[in-house]
Amino acid sequence: MLSRWLPLEKPLVEIEEQIEELKRLAVRENMDLSDKIARLEDRKRAAMQDIFQDLTPWEKVQMARHPKRPYALDYIGALCSEWVELRGDRAYGDDRAIVAGLGRFNGRAVAIIGNQKGRDTKERQERNFGQASPEGLRKAQRVMELAARYKRPVISFVDTPGAACTPEAEERGISEAIARNQLVMSQLPVPIVIVITGEGCSGGAIALAVGDRVMMLEHSYYSVIAPEACASILYRDPTKAEDSAEALKITAQDALRMNVIEEIVPEPLGGAHRNLGRMCLTLGEALDRALSELSALPPHELVERRYRRFRCLGAIEDYPPDVAAPQDTPGE
Amino acid sequence: MRLDEIPDDLMTKCDGCGALLVTKSWLRDFKVCSRCGHHTRLPAHERIELLCDDGSFEEWEAHLAPRDPLGFPGYEGKRTAAQLKTHLKDSCVVGRARIEGRPVALGASDFAFMGGSMGSVFGEKITRLLERALHERIPAITVTSTGGARMQEGLMSLMQMAKTSAAVARLQAARVPFISVLSDPSTAGVQASFASLGDLIIAEPGALIGFTGARVIEQTMKIKLPKDFQSAEFQMAHGQLDMIVPRAKLRETLAQTLGLLLD
Ligand SMILES: [Zn+2]
Repeated sequence: MLSRWLPLEKPLVEIEEQIEELKRLAVRENMDLSDKIARLEDRKRAAMQDIFQDLTPWEKVQMARHPKRPYALDYIGALCSEWVELRGDRAYGDDRAIVAGLGRFNGRAVAIIGNQKGRDTKERQERNFGQASPEGLRKAQRVMELAARYKRPVISFVDTPGAACTPEAEERGISEAIARNQLVMSQLPVPIVIVITGEGCSGGAIALAVGDRVMMLEHSYYSVIAPEACASILYRDPTKAEDSAEALKITAQDALRMNVIEEIVPEPLGGAHRNLGRMCLTLGEALDRALSELSALPPHELVERRYRRFRCLGAIEDYPPDVAAPQDTPGE
Repeated sequence: MRLDEIPDDLMTKCDGCGALLVTKSWLRDFKVCSRCGHHTRLPAHERIELLCDDGSFEEWEAHLAPRDPLGFPGYEGKRTAAQLKTHLKDSCVVGRARIEGRPVALGASDFAFMGGSMGSVFGEKITRLLERALHERIPAITVTSTGGARMQEGLMSLMQMAKTSAAVARLQAARVPFISVLSDPSTAGVQASFASLGDLIIAEPGALIGFTGARVIEQTMKIKLPKDFQSAEFQMAHGQLDMIVPRAKLRETLAQTLGLLLD
């Protein structure tokens, strides 16, 4: 079972196994071991504090990719009282790496789009590890336009290692599909709230992440490139991903500092997968707050604000043309 | 005269077919091989000169310079080397120009500057170009030659994809034309944003156009891809382009299509 857990969780899992063992023993031998169990519970809490207080960027990547990490349909199932999935791009096919549909969240009718990864080997392949093909992005676009026509806000759950990396995706215009989604989202006259729940990696992520409010779960990551790919380029060694994860500044805390996101949604101690109920309570509150605030804005103001939100992002030296920059540009 | 006695600058070897071409005629052909049609990559200023009426280019935002938002290893040195090599502050040049008399907002990326990659300055310049085109109601044209987003600026680069795509959306809504010209190579983060959103998309012959690099797909999928995968001709066959136009015809094609949209 240990392979379903991360190396960093190992001390924790060992304590948990001991607790289980003691509980079994207590029942079998009809003994009172509650003292011992309580002491182990204390040790477990301390270990959790110790491990999860200060995860490195690379450990965050591991957490974001955790095989037990909740996926879009887990959140939808827990947060929505109703859910109707819509399928197909009306042009070529239905991409299972993307889910899209209509739901009811806290009494509010919403449209939801998101990446969906699979749990077992078969489903993982079916859902292509959450890597969207053009069909999936076009399905999301179709459902967002439907939402706009019926004035439904959009919630987008992002969790992808990138867009589909196949010849077919190229043949059917993956670039155009990523670009078009961003264009459509930038003009959509209804509130859009983005939640990066796990991996927010490269073009596949930004294709679903243009919105009014962008939040990240505490142990998710958001990056222009996968740390492994970056390490291949930077160090010519994909195993140096730990270093490139550090260099790329990909944690939620980094993204907040750079104003790329508005909010970090705290995860239960030990990560979202250890307590989905608690996670959804916190996330539900954050989503409800965002939707209530954004729904109060008239559509044209919403779109204008969204434009300005992305418009101001960038790191540049901007001197008036007639003032020389402090460091002279070579060659001039 | 023996071949090795010909002065270096008299002859130019084609990168496509290896033929030795008389440099003077090669330059007259806009650096296109007369034997095999190979289009050599052009620096941004040469590209602009090629497309616009003589002396009509007025550069905008030349003062914008990059920063190092992440303190990324080696970025400072790479950037300075690129600046020395290209005499540019960053990988993109924008401004106002005339094409056969018609005022346009014109931008071009320079592959020699860190692979023509899009960081904050590139994204900001393209956005300002598109916003000025909107404000002045003149058509916008971009010519890309780029490997995609600039890794060294991390999320700041990723955000330029959304920013430039949103600026195209506004041009479209205002019915101001935007033409995207794809030269070799036009890939990844730039291809997955504004460059794929032109009202018209024109490519140069043989240009590499795509999202994920062929080698990455081959390694991931454990397959072998055909040689012409992601060529302009491949993208044309898959419906991703309006036309493939040789360099010598590019300017008149732009003038003609703008005329058909606007006059
Ligand atoms: Zn040649």
